[in-house]
Amino acid sequence: MLEIKNLHASVEDKAILKGINLSVKAGEVHAIMGPNGSGKSTLASVIAGKEDYEAIKGDILFDNENIEELEADERAHKGIFLSFQYPVEIPGVSVTNFMKTAINESRKAKGLDDMPANEMLKLIREKSELLEIDRKFLSRSLNQGFSGGEKKRNEIFQMAMLEPKLAILDETDSGLDIDALRIVANGVNKLKNKDNAVIVITHYQRLLDYIVPDFVHVLHNGKIVKSGTKELAHELEEKGYDWIKESVN
Amino acid sequence: MDLKEKLISSFLAFENQMDVEDYVHDIRSKAIKTFEDEGFPTKKDEAWKYTSLNKILKQDYSVFPDDENAIEYRDVKKFFIHSIDSFKIVFIDGKYSSHLSQTTHDGMDICLLSAALAQPKYRLVIENYFNKIAASDGITCLNTAFSSEGAYIHIPKNKLVEKPIQIIHFSTGNESALMLQPRNLVVVDENSHVQIIERHQSLTSNAVLTNSVTEIFANKRAIVDYYKVQNDHENASLIDNTFIHQKRESHASVHTFTFGGNLTRNNLNFYQHGERIDSTLKGITIIGDKQHVDHNTLVHHIEPNCESHQDYKGIFNDKSTGVFNGKVVVEKEAQKTNAFQANNNILVSDQSAINTKPQLEIFADDVKCSHGCTIGQLDTDALFYMKTRGIPEKEAKALLMYAFANNVLESVKIATLKTRINKLIANKIGVNIGFNL
Repeated sequence: MLEIKNLHASVEDKAILKGINLSVKAGEVHAIMGPNGSGKSTLASVIAGKEDYEAIKGDILFDNENIEELEADERAHKGIFLSFQYPVEIPGVSVTNFMKTAINESRKAKGLDDMPANEMLKLIREKSELLEIDRKFLSRSLNQGFSGGEKKRNEIFQMAMLEPKLAILDETDSGLDIDALRIVANGVNKLKNKDNAVIVITHYQRLLDYIVPDFVHVLHNGKIVKSGTKELAHELEEKGYDWIKESVN
Repeated sequence: MDLKEKLISSFLAFENQMDVEDYVHDIRSKAIKTFEDEGFPTKKDEAWKYTSLNKILKQDYSVFPDDENAIEYRDVKKFFIHSIDSFKIVFIDGKYSSHLSQTTHDGMDICLLSAALAQPKYRLVIENYFNKIAASDGITCLNTAFSSEGAYIHIPKNKLVEKPIQIIHFSTGNESALMLQPRNLVVVDENSHVQIIERHQSLTSNAVLTNSVTEIFANKRAIVDYYKVQNDHENASLIDNTFIHQKRESHASVHTFTFGGNLTRNNLNFYQHGERIDSTLKGITIIGDKQHVDHNTLVHHIEPNCESHQDYKGIFNDKSTGVFNGKVVVEKEAQKTNAFQANNNILVSDQSAINTKPQLEIFADDVKCSHGCTIGQLDTDALFYMKTRGIPEKEAKALLMYAFANNVLESVKIATLKTRINKLIANKIGVNIGFNL
């Protein structure tokens, strides 16, 4: 589904990604772990189509198609979803209004008519229940004044609404208490099936107890320096990242 | 002959046509004299520093056309708020159109200024109110000198006018360039409530210059809600001079929605004569190309315990320019005044510009006055976030712009007008999304 080959990216002449190779197939869950500043969030943003990076080299193939030239919204229409580490507050746009626009714009891109209002309401109800989101919450301005947990639940709610093929969860566990973490992970697991894939980006192993990865990759200094199965995550939790850094150097 | 000379030389002929009381004749004669002395404002005038009339005054305007031009309702239906019942006072090229209008004398007068100026039964109201608060500057006096037609609205006390009143000025484009000078008088007596929607609409892209004067009197405990829809053709310019005199416990609001036109200048003046008065001034400006919009507001707090609320939002694209000059005067006697003013702007393009200037003159010591103006760009992080949800850049920008401006719509009390404004905003931003969700 996703094929990344020798990906480079930099900001203000500083190289952040220095040759990433990653292959994600349908039905798989990949975890990308690594110390702060290793390039995890950059990788997520580059896949989603953020334009702030320079010298993007290498290939990003999604369903065998090179998506480098595509805008973020076009990538979203193809089925790529990024759950933000820091979701942006958008005053004046309600959660419901935002989701309606997002869904209908995706449908428009596929040549479909707007989703009928009753169908939309049903979908919103169903998905908000999955994430245990209160109805009042849906009429509030997007992310404005939301707690950390509410923001992350809202991200996964959006994922549930949009049903992407590939979901990238960037530090979705940060700022979550244990209950919220369970709700969020439960949401992700319910959405998981053999046709979609998830990339979980995290600093800690904690979230991986709930969303169990098939593969774990360690990102360090802009490169994937080690890959393994879920046991690798436990090892990292126990030993920290220093031994990886040492073994690389 | 330039426009000023043309107007002055037309004045005698104009006055000779008129059959009205000497009372108004004197007012007109005095006014043309002032215009002769002062002329049109120039950039040397502090209040017109950022708005130049030079270009638009160069056109060879027809200043009072004789022809009666007719238009069919079906051709202009879209400019009306037609899904609700309303009174209508409609003018075509400055002349009253009876077949497009729906006026009344049933318990109140919703009719024509020309009738009110000519007929003795209106004399008392005219003497008490006509030209009592209009300014004495050149441009207002020019309108006063030629004032003959416009809306005349007099609501006697204890009356709730259940239908809104639409005042619409059409120009047909039969003249290659046309100058219009409508004059409106609105008197709302004790405890009465009225809603008015005003619109100027040219039907072709021929040049139009409208210099409009509206005097509004909100007497004791009256409620007046006035909405100005400014969405005219690209060669139509408007100088709107509105003066509002409020008596105690009255509420008056003016909402100005500016999306179209070439040059638009709104001189909006509120004078508070009494206690516990509430004045609201709100505006949404969304313009592009080389459009220019100038909001020049004044709230004069004269007596204690009154409020004023100003909230103007501006979105400027392409090479468009904006001006906001908001003056608030709080007299020494006007203790416990609450005066709020906000002017927030987004510059969408690098070539657009806004000059914003709050002007507070406070002579009382126990008041709450706040003002704030901001100029910013669209939040790029928010745009990226929205794009990752599948919302294309254009629609994402539109949603952000709408979100920025829409709180101004909260105080619009006519639901169908609100829907209409939402559509105009979507059109102006060039997207097909229903904002009103």
